[in-house]
Amino acid sequence: MTGRLESPDIALTDVSVGYGDRVVLSGITTVLPGGKVSVILGGSGCGKSTLLRNIIGLVPIQSGRIVLGGRDMEHLSPEDRLDTRRRMGVLFQDGALLGSLRLGENIALPLREHTELTNSLIEEVVGMKLKLVGLADFTDYFPSELSGGMRKRAGLARAMALDPAVLLCDEPTSGLDPITAADMDQLILELRTTFDMTIVVVTHDLQSLTAIADHVVVLSEGKMLFEGSLPELTACDDPFIRQFLARQPNRESRILGENWATMIEKRRDLSAGRP
Amino acid sequence: MARKQDDLGVLVGLVSGLLACARDTVNPRHRTKTYLRSRTVSHLAWVGADSLAIVSIIAACVGIILALQAAIQLEKVGAMSYVANLVGYSLVTELGPLLTCLILSGRAGAAFTAEIATMQINEEVDALTVMGIEPVRFLIWPKFVALGLMAPLLSLWADAVGITAGGVFAALALGLSGTVYFEQTAYFLTMRDVLSGLVKAAGFGVAITVVSCWQGLLAREGAADVGRRTTSAVVQSIFVMILLDLFFTALNYSFR
Repeated sequence: MTGRLESPDIALTDVSVGYGDRVVLSGITTVLPGGKVSVILGGSGCGKSTLLRNIIGLVPIQSGRIVLGGRDMEHLSPEDRLDTRRRMGVLFQDGALLGSLRLGENIALPLREHTELTNSLIEEVVGMKLKLVGLADFTDYFPSELSGGMRKRAGLARAMALDPAVLLCDEPTSGLDPITAADMDQLILELRTTFDMTIVVVTHDLQSLTAIADHVVVLSEGKMLFEGSLPELTACDDPFIRQFLARQPNRESRILGENWATMIEKRRDLSAGRP
Repeated sequence: MARKQDDLGVLVGLVSGLLACARDTVNPRHRTKTYLRSRTVSHLAWVGADSLAIVSIIAACVGIILALQAAIQLEKVGAMSYVANLVGYSLVTELGPLLTCLILSGRAGAAFTAEIATMQINEEVDALTVMGIEPVRFLIWPKFVALGLMAPLLSLWADAVGITAGGVFAALALGLSGTVYFEQTAYFLTMRDVLSGLVKAAGFGVAITVVSCWQGLLAREGAADVGRRTTSAVVQSIFVMILLDLFFTALNYSFR
């Protein structure tokens, strides 16, 4: 065993990401700080989910190094790899709960595999984790009987089952209504405050970004565009980041013409109750 | 080309994973976790018990068909009592295992592919890997054990049902004595015939599981791919089964 695994830093050095011959991202060098919430921001299809899969170790990186708390993820002995996996919790986009198992059994699965706890103790831990995400009454439900937001929360409970040092979330708020999305943000912040964890969130949700981020990495067009804190991001004058944060469209509308911006402005004023 | 290589890589990973599971099962020092064992039991029940009715009906029909076909030819040479030999031999060495496993590939194999493909697309397989649970051990090994055991057992059952149905039919409709039929069957069928059929069935069961689960793991995107993978799983299983059948039969013939 090498390296500290209590909320470790995740250091990426010149990482390239891609499928087969296609390189999606290259030259990513950054440190996702331990014990904080790092948000990886980028447009759809920019490779941010793939980067997350690289950090998890599901997809081998094409070049570069990913070091998690002193452990080089590419060169791990099978025991160390398993040990690292045990200390990582992952929330997949749609929760990725096993459809054939009830919610309680889903959460119990990592415990049954990796611990020697008795059944009654496992049940207790499962109850605790489900209470943490507000799903204590749904132990006997199948994942298909839950709403999308509940499935994501349950996925979070499963990711937390083994009290991980690192929590990685793939678009935790996508496809959720504003209230449920805010719940999710709150939950992530609660977890950060309660447990000593490094949290990495991949998202393109701007409101979620401002709510949870300590550290931001922006990806665009195959490169890392920005790295820094939230205030630094809002002060950044890169045209893509300005456009992204202001939620401006790429194409010019031939139908709406130049008036588009004023139209949107008027609508905003109207909904804000201003004349 | 790269895609083909990846596909084969998945197959190699699957087979080596299954071999590792087999090694652990034989190893007395290795203790299988109870939750994994109970998965195997539930698969055994699902594959075995739930296929019993359809296998029985088909075996009975085939037994009667064989008795009828044999009677048409044997009547011409006045050797009606040999109906029993023909029915028994073709069922036990060939049709029992083959038909049983055809049903299993359509029933269990297709279900395996669809299940694993859907799980692959929903990232459930990735989730297992991330939790440090080998997908092969958790998902595929129970299916492998279930089909590997149930294919021979169901074939044995199909043999018995088919022979009985052929006998009852011969006694009722063809005017043969039932006692003579069953005595003839017992006298001519050797243990070796039965065993060769069972070995075939076990081979088919293994082939169905490997092909079906492999195709499931290859699924990439969307519901359409689940359908496509399921179709190719059944077609490829049947193809591999027929090739294996040819191989086993030739082997059995050359060593008699």
